[in-house]
Formats: sequence, C-alpha cells, structure tokens
Amino acid sequence: MRKQFVNTIKKIIKKNKNLFIILCDIGVFGFREIFQKFNKQIINIGILEQSTISFSAGLSKCGFIPVVHTIAPFLVERALEQIKIDYGYQKLRGNLVSVGGSYDYSLLGCTHHCPGDINILKSIPEIEIIVPGCSKEFDKLFKLLYSNKKLTYFRLSETENFIENEVEPYKLKILKKGTKGTIIAIGPVLNLLKKEVNSFDLNILYCTTIKPFDFKTLNKIIKKKEKILIIEPFYKGSVHDAVLQNEKKFLSVKSISIPNKFIYDYGDKKDIDKKIGFSKNKIYKQITTYFNV
Amino acid sequence: MIYKKLTYNKLTFDLDKNNLKKNILLCSYFSKEGHVPSALSILDILDVLYDRFINLSKLKKQSLDRDYFILSKGHGCLALYSVFLKYGLISSKTLFKFCNKDSALGGHPDSTKLKYIEASTGSLGHGLPFSLGISYAKKIKNLGGSVFTLIGDGECNEGTIWESAMIASHHSLNNLICLIDYNKSTNKFLNIDSLYKKFKSFGWSVDEINGHNKNQIVNSLKKKSNLPRVIICNTIKGKGVNFMENNPEWHHKSLTKEELLKIL
Repeated sequence: MRKQFVNTIKKIIKKNKNLFIILCDIGVFGFREIFQKFNKQIINIGILEQSTISFSAGLSKCGFIPVVHTIAPFLVERALEQIKIDYGYQKLRGNLVSVGGSYDYSLLGCTHHCPGDINILKSIPEIEIIVPGCSKEFDKLFKLLYSNKKLTYFRLSETENFIENEVEPYKLKILKKGTKGTIIAIGPVLNLLKKEVNSFDLNILYCTTIKPFDFKTLNKIIKKKEKILIIEPFYKGSVHDAVLQNEKKFLSVKSISIPNKFIYDYGDKKDIDKKIGFSKNKIYKQITTYFNV
Repeated sequence: MIYKKLTYNKLTFDLDKNNLKKNILLCSYFSKEGHVPSALSILDILDVLYDRFINLSKLKKQSLDRDYFILSKGHGCLALYSVFLKYGLISSKTLFKFCNKDSALGGHPDSTKLKYIEASTGSLGHGLPFSLGISYAKKIKNLGGSVFTLIGDGECNEGTIWESAMIASHHSLNNLICLIDYNKSTNKFLNIDSLYKKFKSFGWSVDEINGHNKNQIVNSLKKKSNLPRVIICNTIKGKGVNFMENNPEWHHKSLTKEELLKIL
C-alpha cells in the first residue's frame, strides 16, 4: 500500500497545487521523485511529530491540504493532543497517513506496534477514519476524500486482501447476504476468511470507513434480532462499540480483535497472527461456534 | 451571568475602549474568570502590535497576505480581547459577554468563534509550531505579511518550543517574530535561563527588551533579519496592580468588588 500511496500522490500533486506532503523522515526515499519535481509541495520536516502536526495545521489554515505521513505510534499516539486541538477543535482539514499499524513492524518490537490507533483517534469528534483493504481501494478512497473539509486518517497496512472490492467512502460493502447472522470484516482481513465461510447462511459486510460508520446499510440488511461478529485488525472497539450504540439492538455482538496486551514476541506478522489467534483456522472456528453453522 | 455597568457611591464604571486595564478588570470581575496577571503582563506588547504592526485593514478583509498574531499562551486572552475592542475589531457588547454562555470570547481564544482569533490556544506549546506552518505557507506562496506569536516563559518548558526553534532556523523563516512574555513565572520550579543564549544557539536573531516600554517594543519590532526573530520581553506578571504583581496567588483568581474599586 505504501507504493500505492506514493503513486497516488504523484498523480494528484500534478493537478492540485495546494496538496502538501510532510514526511517525518519516514518514506523519504519512496518520495524522491516528488522531491525532485515538486519541491515546493513536500518537506521532510524531521523527527518531531508533535510540532509537525501543529505545523501542518498552520499550512491548512493558509489553504494548503496537508498530508502527514509517518509510522502509526509516532503519528497518532505521540501527537494526539496536537491532532485533537490543532485540527479537530479548529475544524481544519488535513490528512494523516500511517504505516505500521497494529504489529506490521513485528520485527521491531512494541515501540513500533500500534493496535490502539483507531480507538484513540475515534475519540476525536468529526475525524474520519479509513482502513483500506488493498492498494487500489486506498487509491480510490484517498482520491475521493483527501480534499474534503475534514481531518481524515488513512491506515496503510502491510497485508492486503487478494481481491479488490468496489468500495465507496462511508459505505459498508455487502459481499454476501444471509439470514443467520452477520459478519463485519474490516479492512485487510478478508484473506483470513476461509472459502467455506461463503457457503454459510450469513451476511458478510466489508467495512473500510470506520468513522462515520454506515449504520444505514447495517440496519437495512439486518431484518431481525441476530448475532453480529466483527473482525477488526486492531484493539477491540473500533466498530464493535459503534455497533453496540446502534439504535437497533442485536442478539449479541462479538469481536475478533487484537488482544489488549503488549506483544513481546518477534517474528514476522504471520507468526504474531498465529500466536494471538488471528489466523484463518482460529477465526473459522470462532465463526462456526458463534453462529452454530 | 448578567453584565451591567458597575455603580458605587454614585460613580459608574463602564468599559472604555482606551482603558485596556480597566476593561480586563471589569470583565474578570463580572465573569469571575480570567487570568488577570497574565493579561496585564502582555498588555503593552499587544497594544503596540495592533497599533503599529498589524495591518488592520487586511485583517478585517482576511487577506491571505495579512499579518497573523497567535496568542500561544491563550490564558492571557483578556488582553487580546481588550485590544480587539480598542482597535475596532469587536464591540463593547461582545467584550462584556466574556465567558457568558453565548459569548464568542471564552477563557481561552477560540478561532471558530471570531475570525480575528487566528488559533485556538490554551494548551501550551501549540501556537509556535502552528505559526511556523503559516510562516512557511507564506514563504512558498510568496505572500507578504508577518507572523507574530506570543509565548510565555513557562511555555518554554514544552518540547515543541525547541522543536519549532530548530524548524524555524533551518528554513530561515524570517517572516516569523516570536515574542516571549518573560515574567519569570517558571524559574522557581524549572530554571530556563538563559533564553537569550538558548535561542541564539538555535540560530535565531535575539533581542531582549523591557516588555512594558512601548518605545523599546516598537524599536525591536521594527528590526529586520534574515533569521527568525525572537524578542525576549521582560515583563511583570500583574503589571500595574500592586497586590497582584508577581504574586502567584493571583494567577487564576477573580476580584472582589472591594478589590476592583480599590484599583479603579
């Protein structure tokens, strides 16, 4: 997705003179061509995330459309108050694009993990949160949303769904209809659903916009009190809490998510997935048990 | 909260656009809110800025090449509001509603409520890096106008001040002037001396003046440099009110009627 991020920016920056990219010394090599051709619209500001967010909000005040990019824990957790006040409170537009969410940087240890980004940012009123499942979805969603009047968080992931879906901003995508319950799969988790799941009599909804959440589609597709299972590749809560707050009450709501624990192990992402139960087999077992299918 | 003219012994006390100190005290008295000593500490600086250095016509038109002023130490906002009244940016009615439930003016400045407030501040350490963004935007868009930011000496405890000091000098943001309200409120718990040497070592052009001497403020603000500029303004917290001056008890305390009348 990171390569796509650069390619998407390359396309937009030619047309939009107000687009301004701010890197915190991350991804600089990938953006080398943009540094050469559009040096008045990009800066490697240094490793100072808090001031970077405030600085970018100042650019936004003057009409620029800032895109701030760095690793998720530094972008979100370190600079949270700047995001809340300088963007949120002041109603300034801008874009935050992270890499390394959850444990994508599994080899680098807990300092570089960030399974809490979505829940933390969700607390900021009016922020929009986008979790694309693959590069092409990012391209589409970013192009449609980057210049709106909002603060938008885009979460780039190392893992990508094998199949691209025709996604739209703010909309749940109905992948399959059923009558015995509903699965809501968020972003890059579709590869974790075994083929057999498609044969179950369940709704499968695909979510790339976490906030604002598409209650309309959810309420339209669910006719009666039934069970909901949410697969969220971060700490529990992102969509789980939203669904619990829905006006329509469900029989039960369960979440398969990243446990709220520090992950002290190394190894690649798949090793960690396996260790914490975020694997095809474990998820399949939870689906069959929960829905009794 | 009901605002009215204060009457006592047949004397009436009302807002007077040219009496900045009185307006601060009256607003604080009626609202039971306001960081009065901080407002009095920065009052002379703000008066000079809006009188001589901020193009009010461009500010009113919200031109992109206007001068910007960001009050990073937002708790001193009663001084800003009082200066807004003096220079015709708000009405007496607006000022007298300070902290009322439908007021545009609260205990910290809110940029969504009044267009002349360039940044919502209150949490320290945000205004300077935000100003850098404006300053940088002006540079790359070749826009005129200066960016003035006022920070406190206590605010210099924040890491973002020093992050910003590096960014500003690296990018030669010479349209930026940072004023430090140096009322020595921090040295008793965290000694930050010497701000002069610190900013100098970060590559800024540094000046140090008496922040209550209007001639010195004017002369310092007139200076030009190819570097970002910082003006260390030596000030007195609570300036002009004997029992408040350098008395930490008054940092966030409102006046009683007797105390107010004693001053007026």
